[in-house]
Amino acid sequence: MVKQTVIATTGNSLVAEAFRQCAPDVVAAYPITPQTAIVEDFAKFVAQGRVHTEYVCVESEHSALSACVGASAAGARVMTATSSQGLAYMWEQLHIAAGLRLPIVMANANRALAAPINIHCDHSDIMGARDTGWIIYFAETAQEAYDNTLMALRVAEHPDVKLPVFTTLDGFITTHTIDRAEIMDDESVSAFVGQYEPENALLDIENPTSHGNFASLGGTYFEFKKAQREAIERSRSVIKDIGDEFSKLSGRPFDVVEGFGMDDAEIAIVTIGSTAGNARHVARELRAKGVKAGVLKVRVFRPFPSAELAAALKGVKAVAVLDRSESFGADGGPLSLEVKTALYDAENRPMVIDYIYGLGGADVKLELINQVFDDLTDLADGVTKPSGLVYLGAR
Amino acid sequence: MSKTWDVSDMDNWRSDQFPNGAVIPVAGNSEEYSTGGWRNVFPYRNDEKCTQCLLCWIFCPDTSVLVKDDKVYDFDMKHCKGCGVCAKECPFDAIEMVPEGCELPEVKK
Repeated sequence: MVKQTVIATTGNSLVAEAFRQCAPDVVAAYPITPQTAIVEDFAKFVAQGRVHTEYVCVESEHSALSACVGASAAGARVMTATSSQGLAYMWEQLHIAAGLRLPIVMANANRALAAPINIHCDHSDIMGARDTGWIIYFAETAQEAYDNTLMALRVAEHPDVKLPVFTTLDGFITTHTIDRAEIMDDESVSAFVGQYEPENALLDIENPTSHGNFASLGGTYFEFKKAQREAIERSRSVIKDIGDEFSKLSGRPFDVVEGFGMDDAEIAIVTIGSTAGNARHVARELRAKGVKAGVLKVRVFRPFPSAELAAALKGVKAVAVLDRSESFGADGGPLSLEVKTALYDAENRPMVIDYIYGLGGADVKLELINQVFDDLTDLADGVTKPSGLVYLGAR
Repeated sequence: MSKTWDVSDMDNWRSDQFPNGAVIPVAGNSEEYSTGGWRNVFPYRNDEKCTQCLLCWIFCPDTSVLVKDDKVYDFDMKHCKGCGVCAKECPFDAIEMVPEGCELPEVKK
């Protein structure tokens, strides 16, 4: 294990610290609540000379990611951050970054989308990006936001992957509350992330290349999309290998799905992000009363860990999937759709209830989690049957 | 990336044989890319009317007017998109835009 310092700070300041330690060549970003402190802190590091990054002040998020795409194609190590409407505004560039196989790392402070306008946490913004070809990490805590950022850069730049990566944290809940965290010294992070060796740099004048080329009807577009699918499939083992390496350095466990009480759980909650803490707290209380409750947290959403999830849910009678975003008109929220797909081929698959919760920062009280476990108990005991999607706690 | 990048068998490449991200790892190859297939009218030059003023050569946005020894001798049909700028600019009405037939132009191989 490497030398670490315990500090008390916010998720945003930890992400900014991780950015500084990764020493990107270029950061182009636009501030948006609740991500603002990440770019403010990072801009301060640049102004203080604590990191030698070309910090580009742009006029919008569309420009932010456009500048990042250009810089990454030029051969730079590039990082940025956004949230909500800003992420939505980056939409076309998200696909371009992934299609051009540019290993950009972007932090997203998960926040609701308008309308009505709302600046608080849910996963509507990042779930909208789930099919753009980016790898997506979710943090439960400020510590995980820091750890995920360092791992994300390694995964993005790995020769077998070369894909952009999101490292996300829940708006306000994780971005703004002060948390205990351990940070590594700069030298250890430098050694872990290493030097970036771009594959096809526009600024490599000895080996000129052309980027952003045309592949139309009868051309190679189809093959390039297949190559992107193959790359994100390869990232599964890279994410695990780098997670193992990071765990050894940091002493903190990492897995694409992380379980609590899953060895013998009969009822379980599957969720993402900060809510996993509340869910675990309630499960722990229930276990003290003899209820076999478990919690499964998805830490990497893309590529979706279907096999790991199905294995972890084997033997569970009833599962609740907690989605903090909508997929209007679909049979469940984004996470629920993935979980049910993962379970389709499983033997003795559990019953599943879909919950939509916490939209626009709606409070996730322990009573709500208790209610979910009560529902699961009734379902597992045969008292009730699955009866469709539940808006948890909504009037 | 090596300068001896061989594209001759590209039509048979599998998804894992292309450079990542549709990068072309050699320079100066746009000439090899046929864009003439977009054309639905083509320029026909009347050699008797033509005074070799070269205005068509100056105005052509795709450098598709071919000149040798200060004289226009042909059009580059692999790249001419049939925009008609040459015909419009010709002071002597020496160029006429003629509709293409139903067949794809030869540039499609």
